[in-house]
Amino acid sequence: MNTNIETFKYDNRVVRAFAIATVVWGIVGMLVGLLAAVQLFFPDANLNFQFITFGRIRPLHTNAVIFAFVGNGMFCGIYYSLQRLCKARMFSDFLSWFNFWGWQLIIVSAALTLPLGYTTSKEYAELEWPIDIAVAVVWVAFSVNLFGTIIKRREKHMYVAIWFYIATAVTIAVLHITNSMEMPWSWMKSYSMYAGVQDALVQWWYGHNAVAFFLTTPYLGLMYYFLPKAANRPVFSYRLSIIHFWALVFLYIWAGPHHLLYTALPDWAQSLGMVFSLMLIAPSWGGMLNGLLTLRGAWDKVRQDPVLKFMVAAVTAYGMATLEGPLLSIKTVNSLSHYTDWTIAHVHSGALGWNGFLTFSMLYFIFPRIYKTQLWSTKLANYHFWLGLLGMIFYIVPIYIAGITEGLMWKQFNKDGFLQYPNFLETIVHVVPMFQLRAIGGTIYIIGVFMMAYNLYRTAKAGQFEPDTVAQAPALEKTAVPHGKYSFHRLLEGAPMFFTALAIVAILVGGLVEIIPMFIIRANVPTIASVKPYTPLEVLGRDIYIREGCLGCHSQMIRPFRSETERYGEYSKAGEFVYDHPFLWGSERKGPDLAREGGKYPDAWHYNHMDDPRSTSPGSIMPRYSWLLTQKLETDSLPARLNALRKVGVPYPDGYENGPAQKDLQAQEQKVVANLKQGAVNTEPDREIVAVIAYLQRLGADIKAAPATTASK
Amino acid sequence: MSIVIILILASLSVGLVFLGAFIWSVRSGQYEDTTTPSLRILADDPQPKISEIKIKLK
Repeated sequence: MNTNIETFKYDNRVVRAFAIATVVWGIVGMLVGLLAAVQLFFPDANLNFQFITFGRIRPLHTNAVIFAFVGNGMFCGIYYSLQRLCKARMFSDFLSWFNFWGWQLIIVSAALTLPLGYTTSKEYAELEWPIDIAVAVVWVAFSVNLFGTIIKRREKHMYVAIWFYIATAVTIAVLHITNSMEMPWSWMKSYSMYAGVQDALVQWWYGHNAVAFFLTTPYLGLMYYFLPKAANRPVFSYRLSIIHFWALVFLYIWAGPHHLLYTALPDWAQSLGMVFSLMLIAPSWGGMLNGLLTLRGAWDKVRQDPVLKFMVAAVTAYGMATLEGPLLSIKTVNSLSHYTDWTIAHVHSGALGWNGFLTFSMLYFIFPRIYKTQLWSTKLANYHFWLGLLGMIFYIVPIYIAGITEGLMWKQFNKDGFLQYPNFLETIVHVVPMFQLRAIGGTIYIIGVFMMAYNLYRTAKAGQFEPDTVAQAPALEKTAVPHGKYSFHRLLEGAPMFFTALAIVAILVGGLVEIIPMFIIRANVPTIASVKPYTPLEVLGRDIYIREGCLGCHSQMIRPFRSETERYGEYSKAGEFVYDHPFLWGSERKGPDLAREGGKYPDAWHYNHMDDPRSTSPGSIMPRYSWLLTQKLETDSLPARLNALRKVGVPYPDGYENGPAQKDLQAQEQKVVANLKQGAVNTEPDREIVAVIAYLQRLGADIKAAPATTASK
Repeated sequence: MSIVIILILASLSVGLVFLGAFIWSVRSGQYEDTTTPSLRILADDPQPKISEIKIKLK
C-alpha cells in the first residue's frame, strides 16, 4: 500500500471564468438567433442595416452558440471534472488561462468580423484565416493542458469521461486543419484551396464531425461525470459506457457524406455515409439508455432536483436526435427533408435539448459547489426547466411542420403533370406562420436562460468563492515496468496519446500541404468544355454574394429529381464547379435554388429586386439589399484575388490580372449598365450591384450555352 | 474525386490513433476492473479531514 499521500489544489478560478463566459455568450448567441428568426417573417427587422441582416448574422448565431456557448460550457465542464477525475491540478495554470483568454478573443473577433462580412462561407467554419490560425493555436494549448494533466494524474484508471475528452481534442484538431486550407489574398480574406465538389466533401466531412466531436463527444464525457455525481449513483453499466465510447469513435467519422445525398458525390460514398449513420443508432442509444438507467430507483430525486430534471431531458433529447439523424440519412427520407426546415428542427432538438439543457444542469451543479453554498432558488430553476421545455417544443414542432410542408409542396405535381406550386414564393409564404411560432418558442427559451443567469448570480452573491479546492491522494505508483527496457517503456506508458496525437497533427499538416496542390491540379481538368473561369467582375460579384451570406437561404445544387429539374432546370453536375473556390451549394432553401439563375430575369429585374424584393415578388421574405446600389465596388484588390485563384488552380493566363483584367472588368460593367438602361434603370458602373448582377447572370450560363449533348427537358 | 483519398487517409489516421489507444488501454489494464471506477468517482470530492485521520491512524 502506497502511503505517500500528496496534497494538491484543484483550480476553480478557470472553471468559474468559463462558466461565466458560457452564460454570457449563451445569452448573446441566442439573442442573435432570435433576431435572425424574426427577420424570417419580418425582413425589415434588420432596420435596413447591413451588419445585422440575416445572411451575416446567421453564421454569427451558429458560431456563437456552437463555439462560444457550447465551447465555453465544454471547457468549463472539462476543467472541473478532469482535475477531479485525475486527482491532479491542471497541468499548467498558464495554459488554462491562455486557453480561456485566447478562446474569448477568438469569439470577440468572430463577433466583429462576421457582421462585417468577412466569411469563408463554409458552414461552422466561416471564420477567416487569421482567426483559423488562432483557433489552432488555442486548441493545441488546450490539448497540451489536457494530456499534461492526464500524464500527471494520481489515478491509474482513466474514467470513461476522460476518453471522450481525448477524442474531442485529437479529432477536432485534425478536422479544423483539414477544412481550413485556404489561400489568403488579403489580411482578412482567402479562397478555399479546394474547388467545387471536393470543397463540398471536405466541408461536410468537417461539418458532420464538428457536430460529432464538438457537440457530442465532449458532452457525453460531461454526462458520464455529472449525471452520476448529481444522482449520487454509479453509472448503470460502466462496461456499456466503454463500449459506447469505442463504438462511437470508430463509427462517427465515416458518416459525413449523409450531408451530400443526391448531390454530385459518387454513389458509393453516399451509401457508405448512410450505412455508417444507421449503425450509429446502436452506440448512441446504448449511451442514452446508460444515462437514463443510471437513475433507476432514483426517480424520486428527479422530481426534486432541477439538475437531474435538466439532465434527464438532455439525455432524452440526445436519444431523439441520434435516432432522427440516422433516419434523415436514409436517402429516401433525405430526398424529402434536405434543404427544408426539417434539418433546422433536427439541429435545434439537439442544440436546445442536448447541449443547452446539459449545460444548464452542469452550471446549476458547479456554481453552488465552487461557491460553497446552496443554489439560491430551486424553485426558479424548476421554472427555468419548464419554460425551457415549453420553449423547445414551441420552437421545434412548428419548424417540423414547416419543413415537411415545404418538402411536400416542392414535390407536388398536379394531375396534368405540372408543378402544383411552380412559384417557390408560394411554398415559403405558406409556412411563415410557423416561423412566427418558432420565434415565440425561442423567446420563451431565452427567458429561461435569463432566469438561470439571475439565479446563478444570486447563488454567487450568497456564497463564498473557493479559488482552490484542497484535495489529497496517494501518488501514482510506477512499478509495473520491468527493468531493462525501462526508459523507453516508461515514455510510452506515461504519454501514449500525447505523442501519437502530436505526431498525427504534425504528419497531417505536412502531408496536406504537400498533397493538396497536387490534387488540385489534377482535379481542375475541366470535364465540361463549356465551363469557363469567372470573369473579373463575376469574381467580385461572387465575393459580395459570399460576404452577404446569400447561401444561407439560396442553394446552388439542383438534385436529380423531376420536381427539381422542372422548377430550376437541368440537375447540377460535378464538372460545373471546378472553378468554385469555395463551393456555394448551401444547405437550406428559404428562397429558390440559384444554380440556373443566369438569364432567367433581365438585369433590371435583379436591380429592382435587390433594392426591394417586395416590389418584384410580393410577400417575399428576402431582406432589402439597398446598400449594394450605393456602395462603390472595391477593385484595387482584383489582382490579388485573381492571383490567389490562380494559385489554387484557376487557369487565368499569366499577367492577366495586371491590365487585361481591368479592361475586361470595365467592359463588362458597361454592358451591365447598358442592359439596366434598357430596363429604365440608371446606375453608375462602379457600384456593387453591377458585380452582383453580373455574377447572378452567369450562374448556369455555361451549361445552357453548351451544345445539347443531353436533353435539357 | 481525388479529395476522397485525402479524407479517407485523414479519417483512417484518426481511426488508427484510436486503435492504438484502444490496444494500449486494454494491454495496460485499464479495463481489468469495470466495476469500481464508476463507484470511485462518486467519492472524489476532497475530504481532507477524513484522510488526515486515516494518516494519523497509520
